[in-house]
Amino acid sequence: MKPAQFEYDDPETEEEALDLLARHGDECKVLAGGQSLVPLMNFRLARPARLIDINRIDSLSYIKREDGRLVIGAMTRHTHLERAAEVAQGWPLLTEAIGWVGHAQIRNRGTIGGSVAHADPAAELPAAFTALDASFQVRSKRGSRTIGWDHFFVSEFTTALAPDELVMAVEVPALDPGSGAAFVEYARRHGDFALGGAAVTLRLGRDGHCEKATIALVSAGPAPVRASSAEQQLRGSTLDDSSIRAASVEAVKGLRPTSDLHGSTEYRIGLLRTMTERALTKAAQRARSST
Amino acid sequence: MKINGRAVEGEVEPRLLLADFIRDNAGLTGTHLGCEHGVCGACTVQLDGHPVRSCLIFAVQAHGHQVATVEGMAPSDSSLNTLQQAFHECHALQCGFCTPGILMTMDAFLREEPDPTPERIRSALGGNLCRCTGYQNIITAVRLAADRLNC
Ligand SMILES: Cc1cc2nc3c(=O)[nH]c(=O)nc-3n(C[C@H](O)[C@H](O)[C@H](O)COP(=O)(O)OP(=O)(O)OC[C@H]3O[C@@H](n4cnc5c(N)ncnc54)[C@H](O)[C@@H]3O)c2cc1C
Ligand code: FES
Ligand code: FES
Repeated sequence: MKPAQFEYDDPETEEEALDLLARHGDECKVLAGGQSLVPLMNFRLARPARLIDINRIDSLSYIKREDGRLVIGAMTRHTHLERAAEVAQGWPLLTEAIGWVGHAQIRNRGTIGGSVAHADPAAELPAAFTALDASFQVRSKRGSRTIGWDHFFVSEFTTALAPDELVMAVEVPALDPGSGAAFVEYARRHGDFALGGAAVTLRLGRDGHCEKATIALVSAGPAPVRASSAEQQLRGSTLDDSSIRAASVEAVKGLRPTSDLHGSTEYRIGLLRTMTERALTKAAQRARSST
Repeated sequence: MKINGRAVEGEVEPRLLLADFIRDNAGLTGTHLGCEHGVCGACTVQLDGHPVRSCLIFAVQAHGHQVATVEGMAPSDSSLNTLQQAFHECHALQCGFCTPGILMTMDAFLREEPDPTPERIRSALGGNLCRCTGYQNIITAVRLAADRLNC
């Protein structure tokens, strides 16, 4: 099918875009890479009255380091992030996660800001950013604020963004020395959304004990899920097979992923446990070889 | 916008998809539309050299940009380029519906990875569905084209 009619603006500056959003907030949608929004419009599942296309705003497309943190502009395309050497070096979890996002043609167009604003619970990047304790810079005519992942992701396809707010950038703290990270998922076909996945980071102390663990699960609930009690349980352990196995069991306790055509709740819980176990095992190996 | 180096102008509604502009306004019907939601890859064209889905871009967004479609590949009406020739020789197409999208994808892929393993070709092909040929001959054809382009 084809999209319904809409008004269209393609501002060249952030200020113009924010003006337009302030004026039309409720009835308009931001158009970034269009890789989620346009399919919805083609099927007329979305019929925004107006699109504010931010593709011409060059100032939103960048990757930089600021005080040790990685800052990624909202309009940075997936491919750009995937190929950035500094990201592969300092934040390999992002590079690993992004390889699972759709296909090359989708990643050439899709943006980082779009992936987080869309907030699909099966998407890779929101979970990776959750494991990395990232926060999101957002702006409107009313002012700027920075929202942590725990407040930003609210539910399926729902974030803390107000209708007049634009995601400007994602801020990702640096991993401490002695850390290892891994992203693992399972999908039916390469490029499909994940049936289940896990993004984890581990930090080892000098004595080989785990000092910090973060575990974020993909397709486990309405928003990325942080398995905090499993994280706590890993602290102080040697990350041997049995503590990893126990933490994976703990990580899926209480989860009720939705049962559908692609997998029942029970199947998905089992899958999430296995993904967590594999991600932890990989991350532990990587942490050990980095110390 | 420029399509295959030729300037094409038009005044269109914002909701017109790039794929429809290419087919109906520019008259280049080699770009096919299958699913219209980004999954099948039949509509893949190159925007400023990068393969993208023309069903997920509005024509107005290509204003001032370079678009490449399958029609721009062959050096003349009576000959094929190296990649097309390899597809022909290896029987890498049957009905041909998927072929333009696959050629646009693989053309860019070989520019970036001139000497790919069959596994890399298989992974690069992941975003294009073919319902009749079976993917094996397509992979063989891309590898043959790589060999010829490298010598
Ligand atoms: C075939 C196919 C397979 C895919 N597979 C995957 C996959 O496996 N994993 C995955 O994660 N994704 C997948 N995607 C989705 C893809 O990653 C999208 O690119 C991404 O989810 C949205 O980014 P976008 O830039 O295209 O956003 P758009 O589609 O332009 O926008 C999405 C939403 O975010 C809003 N928005 C965008 N940018 C901003 C901003 N800066 N501020 C405020 N709001 C904003 C829009 O208004 C819209 O509501 C797939 C897409 C397709 C077509
Ligand atoms: S028609 Fe565009 S991907 Fe199927
Ligand atoms: S040749 Fe028929 S779909 Fe590929």
